[in-house]
Amino acid sequence: MNAAWLAFDALLLAGILGVAWAAMAPGDAFRAIVMFMVMGLLVALAWVRLRAPDVALAEAAVGSGVTGALFLRTWHALPREAGRASEATAARPAAPRRLRLAAFGLAATLTGLLVAALASLDGTAPGLGDAVAARLAQSGVSNPVTAVLLNFRAYDTLLEVVVLLAAVVVVWSLDARPAPRPVPARGPIFLGFARLALPVTVLAAGYLLWLGAFAPGGAFQAGALLAAVGIVLLLGGLYRPGSGDRRRARLAFGLGLAGFAGAGALTLGLEGAMLRYPPAAAKTWILAIEAVLTLSIAATLAGLFLGERSAPARTGGERP
Amino acid sequence: MTTATALLYGLGGALLAGMALYRLVTAADWLRRIVAVNVLAVGVASILIATAYRGPAAPADPVPHAFVLTGIVVLVSTSAVALALIRLLHARDENHHDSR
Repeated sequence: MNAAWLAFDALLLAGILGVAWAAMAPGDAFRAIVMFMVMGLLVALAWVRLRAPDVALAEAAVGSGVTGALFLRTWHALPREAGRASEATAARPAAPRRLRLAAFGLAATLTGLLVAALASLDGTAPGLGDAVAARLAQSGVSNPVTAVLLNFRAYDTLLEVVVLLAAVVVVWSLDARPAPRPVPARGPIFLGFARLALPVTVLAAGYLLWLGAFAPGGAFQAGALLAAVGIVLLLGGLYRPGSGDRRRARLAFGLGLAGFAGAGALTLGLEGAMLRYPPAAAKTWILAIEAVLTLSIAATLAGLFLGERSAPARTGGERP
Repeated sequence: MTTATALLYGLGGALLAGMALYRLVTAADWLRRIVAVNVLAVGVASILIATAYRGPAAPADPVPHAFVLTGIVVLVSTSAVALALIRLLHARDENHHDSR
């Protein structure tokens, strides 16, 4: 049994390394992006093996799915010859031999040091697992990862939401120019798939959000699913943005931070410390914050993908 | 490192990080470099998750998991901004080309 699992792990790891190299090797950019997305899914599988299902879900949905979609969108926006041949998108010509040798030396040193550090761990360090387990009952939720994210280290998550908001502000500022090429029309198969898959995906997102309190899931995973729904709706033309939608989208981007920071201010008043929830109602607080975050994360991730200019495409006139 | 499983995936993460660093320096096109940054982050996250592993029977340490979750969201934000910059640079190049 153990030997079989070890063989599976070795095979999976070989697959991850091979696909990762294919994603980074010179050649067709489209192929590289697809290889990168496959790598994300294989890595998610590996992390399930390491008993990290929350992170595996996030990697599959955000690291592989949303990031892959962002790459594909950029590939589509680049001039054809730039997207096809890698050298045309060159920041500079292919690296000279000396630079490649230096880079290899650097990379080999990094890997060597990491391996040495891993080998020096003897497995006796307790980590923080016991400290989390000891206070899990007071956190309001029974999923330890959610307890760390939304209770013990909620301040980190608040700042993470700030980073996400900053990113969408920058992307929308940079993208304020007309689309170079129109998005191709979707066929009946895409639309049929969308009509079947979208309602189920919305349900799954709500379920993941609720599940996060006591099982793998949570706001970021649910938000990524909802973002995918938004992207499919808009790309398929199933929803046509109106003139007020850009303002509504901006409100949705800020909603997560406003809600989280508002909860921080309220808890400061109620309990005397920022994001220390009233013990009896901790679960309600966490779920309320997560629900607001889910909607805002969904809007932000979809906004990162679509950019500002996709909103006025059909109404026109607002921007040159 | 207690278990062979954690050691295996930890070493895999170290190899991923090394490969990605090499390609980050040597890749000629911008898209490929951002892919390399993403692979580098996945390598580092793999090491964190491998060190959090406590064997098949015990629950893993949730704190590194929370770190990696935060890292994934920060990484997607970084990638989105970098990709927007690439689109802007290409648009600049085209305009420059047209005006000549």
